[in-house]
Amino acid sequence: MTIEELEQIATETQAKRRETARELNVCMAAGCLSLHADSLKTALEEEVKRSGTACCVRGVGCMGLCSLGPLVAETPSGVLYRNATAADAAKLVGNTAEAQSLVCSREQAFFQRQTNVVLENSGKIDPEKIEEYIAEGGYEALVRALTERSPNEIVQEISKSGLRGRGGAGYPTGLKWGTVAKTTGATKYVICNADEGDPGAFMDRSVLESDPHRVLEGMMTAGFAVGASHGYIYVRAEYPLAVKRLGIAIREARKLGFLGSQICNTKFSFDLEVRIGGGAFVCGEETALIASIEGRRGTPRPRPPYPAQSGLWDMPTLINNVETFACVPAILRRGGDWFAGIGTKKSKGTKVFALTGKVRNVGLIEVPMGMTLRQIIFEIGGGVPEGRKFKAVQTGGPSGGCIPEQFLDLPVDYESLKDVGSIMGSGGMIVMDDSACMVNVARYFMEFCMSESCGKCIPCRAGTAQMYDLLTRITDGSAGPRDLELLEELCEMVSNTSLCGLGQSAPNPVLSTLRYFREEYLEHIEQRLCRAGVCECGARSEATA
Amino acid sequence: MPPTVKRPALPSDDKRWRIVTGTMRRHGFARDALIETLHTVQESFGCLDKQSLKFVAESLRVPLSQAYGVATFYHFFTMKPPGAHTCLICMGTACYIKGAGALLNEAETTLGIHAGETTADANASLISARCIGSCSVAPAVVMDGETIGNTGPAALRKKLEGWKPS
Repeated sequence: MTIEELEQIATETQAKRRETARELNVCMAAGCLSLHADSLKTALEEEVKRSGTACCVRGVGCMGLCSLGPLVAETPSGVLYRNATAADAAKLVGNTAEAQSLVCSREQAFFQRQTNVVLENSGKIDPEKIEEYIAEGGYEALVRALTERSPNEIVQEISKSGLRGRGGAGYPTGLKWGTVAKTTGATKYVICNADEGDPGAFMDRSVLESDPHRVLEGMMTAGFAVGASHGYIYVRAEYPLAVKRLGIAIREARKLGFLGSQICNTKFSFDLEVRIGGGAFVCGEETALIASIEGRRGTPRPRPPYPAQSGLWDMPTLINNVETFACVPAILRRGGDWFAGIGTKKSKGTKVFALTGKVRNVGLIEVPMGMTLRQIIFEIGGGVPEGRKFKAVQTGGPSGGCIPEQFLDLPVDYESLKDVGSIMGSGGMIVMDDSACMVNVARYFMEFCMSESCGKCIPCRAGTAQMYDLLTRITDGSAGPRDLELLEELCEMVSNTSLCGLGQSAPNPVLSTLRYFREEYLEHIEQRLCRAGVCECGARSEATA
Repeated sequence: MPPTVKRPALPSDDKRWRIVTGTMRRHGFARDALIETLHTVQESFGCLDKQSLKFVAESLRVPLSQAYGVATFYHFFTMKPPGAHTCLICMGTACYIKGAGALLNEAETTLGIHAGETTADANASLISARCIGSCSVAPAVVMDGETIGNTGPAALRKKLEGWKPS
């Protein structure tokens, strides 16, 4: 494959698409599929055939506004239809006046306030066709990297972009790539962590379902930059559609010669394998994930040595998250400086968030780093529905915390979220209104950590169980005044002495709710009162209100 | 030339064992194919059992203890045969905030079993999941492989009662 051949595929695909006067693009990602987008697509196809309309029906990836799904985008007009069902097929194909009632404005803040880098092709291309990715400039960065640039230049470019790990911890990606590149070793590996375990987060799933080639290209480029010839994508078993689309993408990439030996007539050889997870949250931790790929129980081991020195089968291993790899093609195509121009001083680029919970517009969004929580929740998200009051936003899953109203004007970046006791995390953002009890939420996350603890180290195994018991006593009204003190002591002990990130961060939801909603804990203990009316701890809020 | 490795005979004539062996062959009978192979076993047979674990462990030359350890460590693997129908309730944060707890209670009452169990007549299994990533349609349940979003206890009960053998 040469750059000319690539351009030819792109031109041909674009020309072919221009031939069709009108296209109806149906979202075929998991969100819309669960609202029967597949039967809608079949109905549209049948209607086109029946009526003989000059119109092409395509399946595309996620368009973001999942709560109004199934979504259908018309091109070239750009009109977006929402809540479309199979019964609407005739209206949509015939473009009748009745279809107007289904139109969803693209002018609303939900779309206007976003900056799409990782999601630039999402909802525009058919994820099961490699030529559509190529038509949008895909694989150009890889071919140019292999034929025109040195591995060191690639690492430099990534460093310049300021990209940081999108899995949540925010380690500088360029630095990580540089470390692996510098290690000597005949065999090195590249791993993509697609074990998106945080409950309430579906960014990686959506990227893999909507634009899988982007992740593959990022991984191949990484392989070239660090000198690895083999890669693994570790995907959750809960994401069958993502696994299927990755399989198709890998097959197509292999057919066009992007995978295999002597890629683009260079010395570079690279191949990829998908590994399916087993439903263990701890496998999102890199050393546990490596153990799982090796076919063992997913238990972490102490670091150092870091995987960059000794990872998969004790070989130097580069391990990055899906979204991190998905940023790479765009950075190389447009330059590190362009990427570094987006975002804040220390957090560059954009971040994809899964905005869910008690918010009007539920879905997938991508915003520049540094946008405030208020802008995300109230402008893009449309605020809290049903006239209820915003209470907190949870970020970072079981390792993160709950951020109260007073910090709504906080710019979202790695540092400021950490300062208020939460973390960026992988991008789950769950909005809670006043019907949520913060003690109950803390207990929910502790139950999660308790049952997901792998059991290897005692602080986490026993500590999470003890904390869960204490939180249960607080919520059922049997706790005494000493219990809160005990809970705080345990939080500190577990976070300081646990082996891996799961245990170290397990107390975060408790600590952050204690910090901002301490009065709720005290009400539960002293007055047996749950003001949200969620916990059955004796008196109910209604009785005293 | 590498010495010929003696592999165990297929446990029975059941054609599904050939699918299982196919997965192992694709990975060159490497030890790290354990999890991949167990996925194939569960896909083909519905669950893992002593016989399949023993067969896979011997074929891949891993200790049976490791195979059992892996099978019980990962939530996705089950040693209990599933019922004719499966109801999975997502307990992810978004679903939890929007009332997944009430859905689970409803399913437990209607089916008369707890999460992780199968009814005595092997008609239905109830599973609670960590997060299925369908947060946009929370609360979500998966009924026999079909994801149903924005559901409530009453609708769920109706669906579950429809499964009961008449």
